[in-house]
Amino acid sequence: MKFTDVYLQTATKILVFIIMTFSIYVLFAGHNNPGGGFIGGLITASALVLLYIAFDLQTVQEVFPVDYKKLAATGVLVSVLTGVGSLVLGVPFLSQTFKYVELPFLGNTELTTAMIFDLGVYMCVVGTTMTIITSISEDDI
Amino acid sequence: MSNLLIYPIIIPLLMAMVLVFFRDRIKLQQWLTVLSLLATIGVSLFTVYYVSTEQILVLELGGWSAPFGIVLVGDMLAVVLVAVASFVTLMCLLYGFQSIDTGHKKHFVYPMILVLLTGVNGSFLTGDIFNLFVFFEVMLISSYVLIALGGRKIQLRESMKYVIINIIASTLFVIATAYLYAATGTLNLAHLSERIALAGQDGLLTAISFLYLTVFGLKSGLLLFFWLPGSYSAPPPPIAALFAALLTKVGVYTIIRTFTLLFYHKPEITHTVMLWMAALTMILGALGAVSHWEIKKILSYNVIISVGFILFGVAVGTEQSLSGSFYYLIHDMLSKALIFITGGAIINIFGTDKLKEFSGLILFRPLLGWLFFIGMLALAGVPPLSGFIGKVMILQGAIAAGELAVSIIGLITSLMVLYSILKIFIHSFWGETLMSEGQEYSTGKHALLPGTILVVCIVAMGLGAEWVNTYVTQATEVMVNPNLYIEAVLKQ
Amino acid sequence: METFMIILSGILFTIATYLILNKNFLRIVLGITLFSHATHMMLMAINGLKRGAAPLLGEHADAYTDPIPQALILTSIVISFALTALLLVLGYRTYIELGTDNMKKLRGESHE
Repeated sequence: MKFTDVYLQTATKILVFIIMTFSIYVLFAGHNNPGGGFIGGLITASALVLLYIAFDLQTVQEVFPVDYKKLAATGVLVSVLTGVGSLVLGVPFLSQTFKYVELPFLGNTELTTAMIFDLGVYMCVVGTTMTIITSISEDDI
Repeated sequence: MSNLLIYPIIIPLLMAMVLVFFRDRIKLQQWLTVLSLLATIGVSLFTVYYVSTEQILVLELGGWSAPFGIVLVGDMLAVVLVAVASFVTLMCLLYGFQSIDTGHKKHFVYPMILVLLTGVNGSFLTGDIFNLFVFFEVMLISSYVLIALGGRKIQLRESMKYVIINIIASTLFVIATAYLYAATGTLNLAHLSERIALAGQDGLLTAISFLYLTVFGLKSGLLLFFWLPGSYSAPPPPIAALFAALLTKVGVYTIIRTFTLLFYHKPEITHTVMLWMAALTMILGALGAVSHWEIKKILSYNVIISVGFILFGVAVGTEQSLSGSFYYLIHDMLSKALIFITGGAIINIFGTDKLKEFSGLILFRPLLGWLFFIGMLALAGVPPLSGFIGKVMILQGAIAAGELAVSIIGLITSLMVLYSILKIFIHSFWGETLMSEGQEYSTGKHALLPGTILVVCIVAMGLGAEWVNTYVTQATEVMVNPNLYIEAVLKQ
Repeated sequence: METFMIILSGILFTIATYLILNKNFLRIVLGITLFSHATHMMLMAINGLKRGAAPLLGEHADAYTDPIPQALILTSIVISFALTALLLVLGYRTYIELGTDNMKKLRGESHE
C-alpha cells in the first residue's frame, strides 16, 4: 500500500522532530518531575508510528535501520547493568547516587545513575512497542 | 553478602538479553544458556549453604529499608526452591537441546526459558506482595510465548484459553492487593504479617484471604484446574516438562507463603476450605488421570493430583505436615520433570501420544523404560524413593491432627496415580515389539542423560532423607513461627 | 468523589464481565481491557484521593500523597498494555490459522 497523502507527509516531517524533542525532554525531566523513561519511550514510539503511517514500512526501515528486538534487549541490559554496578561496589543492588557537575552550556547539572537506568527503560519501551506494532502491521490483508 | 539474593534473578535475565543478539547461532546460544544456568545453580547452592549456617538473608534494593523499600527475602523455603527450580530448568533444557526443533530455537526459545526462570526465582525470593505479582507476570508472559511458539493449531487454541484465564487471574490478584493495601496500609510481607497479627484477622481480611486463595488456586491448579490439562498438553515435551515442574509449584509456594505468614489466624475457616479444595482436587485429578488414554493428558492430571496433595499438607498446618509438604514439593519438582521428560521421549519415539498405539518399547529402549519405571514409583511414593518420605510426613501430620477422611482420599489417590502411570508403562514398554531400529520418529536418546541425573537425585533424596531433613526443618521453622521472618526483615 | 468512582468502577466491572462471557474473541479482549481499567480506577479510589506534594522531596508541604497506589497502577497499566498486545496478536494468529474467532469453536474436541 503506497501512501501519497502530501499533507500528512509534510506535516509528519516537522512533527516527528517536535515529538522526538519533547520525548527527550520528558525523559530527562523524569528524575524529580513527572516524566521518565516509560513515557518518553512511548512518545518516541508514537513519533515512529506517525512515520510509519505517513510513509510505508520499507521506507522507514531504510531511513531508520534499527532492529527493535535488539533495541529492547539493549535497553534491559543497560538497566540491569546499572544495578550490577552497585554489586561491584558492594552496596545493595539498584543503589543510586547523584552529583552536581558544572557542564559547558548547561551550567550546574544534576547527574544521577538513575538516569542511566531510565535510559535503559526508554530504549526497552521504544523497542517493545515498535516490535509489537511492526509485527502486527507486517501482514497486509 | 545480602546481594547474593539478586544473582538467581539477574543472571538468567542478563543472559536472556544477551542471547537475543545471537539469534542465528544456536550452538552458542545453547552453551551460553548452560553456562548461565550452571552459574545460577552454583550461586543458589551457595545461598542455601549460607542461609543454613548463618541467618535469613534480606536484600534491601537500593538501600531503602524494609517497610518502605522493596526487599528480597531468602529464607530456607525460598532459597531451596530457587536452587531446585534452576536445576530442573537445566535438566529440561538438556532434554530440549535435541528435541526442540530449529524453528523454535530461532524464535528465542532459550531467552524465553531464561526469562521464565527469572520470573520463577523472583517469585520465590520476593518479600513484597506486589513484586510477587510482577514476577508472576514475568513468568506468565514468557509461558504464554512458550505455549504458543511454533503456532500449531492446538497450541494457538490452547494458549488463547490459557492467556485469558491467567490475565483474569492476574487482574484479580491486583484487586486483592488493592483491598489488602486499603485494609492494612502496607505491602511488605513481613510488615503485613505484623499488622495482621496486631489488628487481628477480622472478616474483611479473611475475605481478602479467600480472594488470594482463588487467585493462587487458579495459578497453581488447586480445584480451579480446568485450564491445566489442555494447556499443558499443547507445547512440545521439554517445555511441558518445564511447566509441569515449575509453574504450578510457584502457585503452591505462594499459597504456602501467604497462608503461613499472613492469614494463619483463622485456620478453622481458611484452612478448612483449603483442605476440602485440596481433597476435591485430588479426587477430580485422579479421576481425570485414570480416565484418559493420552500420555500428555494423564501426566497433566498427575500434576493436579500432586498440587492437591501438597496443599492438603499445608491446609492441615501442623509442623509435621508442613515439613512433609515442603519435602514433597521438592520431590514433586524433580519427579514431575523426570516423568514428563521420559514420557516426552516415548511420545517422540512413537510420534503419537495415544496409548493404544504403543507397544514393546522395553527391548528397544531398556534404559528409558527403567527411568520411567523409577519415576513412576517415585510419584506413587514407594520407599526408598523421595516421594515416600514426603507422603508419610504429610499423612502422619494429618492423622495426628485428626483429618482421617482426607488422609484416606490422599492414600487412594496415590494408588490411582500408580495405576494411571502403570497404564502408560504397560502399554508402552510391555507387549510385542512393533518397531525396529530406524523406524522410530526420534531416537529418544537425549532424554537419557537428564533422566539419569534426575533419577540419581530422586534416589539420593530418598536415601539421604536425614540430610535433606535438616534443611526442611529449617524451612518449616519459619513457616510455623512467622516472627523469625518478621524479625529478619524488619530488624527489630 | 471516592464513592462515585467506586460505583463507576463497579459498573465497569459489570460491563467487563458481560463482555468476557461473550463468545466473540474481540469482545473478550475488550472485556479484559475494561476489567483492568476498572481495577486501576478502584485501586485509585479505594486508597483515598488525596491532594498534596510528592513525598521524600523535603518537608515543606502540609499534606503528601501516597505514592504506592500510583506506583501500583503504573506497573499494572504497563503489564496490561503488554498483555493486551500479546492477546491481540495471538487472537489474530489464531483467526488466520483456525479461521474463527468464536470461542465455542475452539473447544478442542478429541474427535477433531
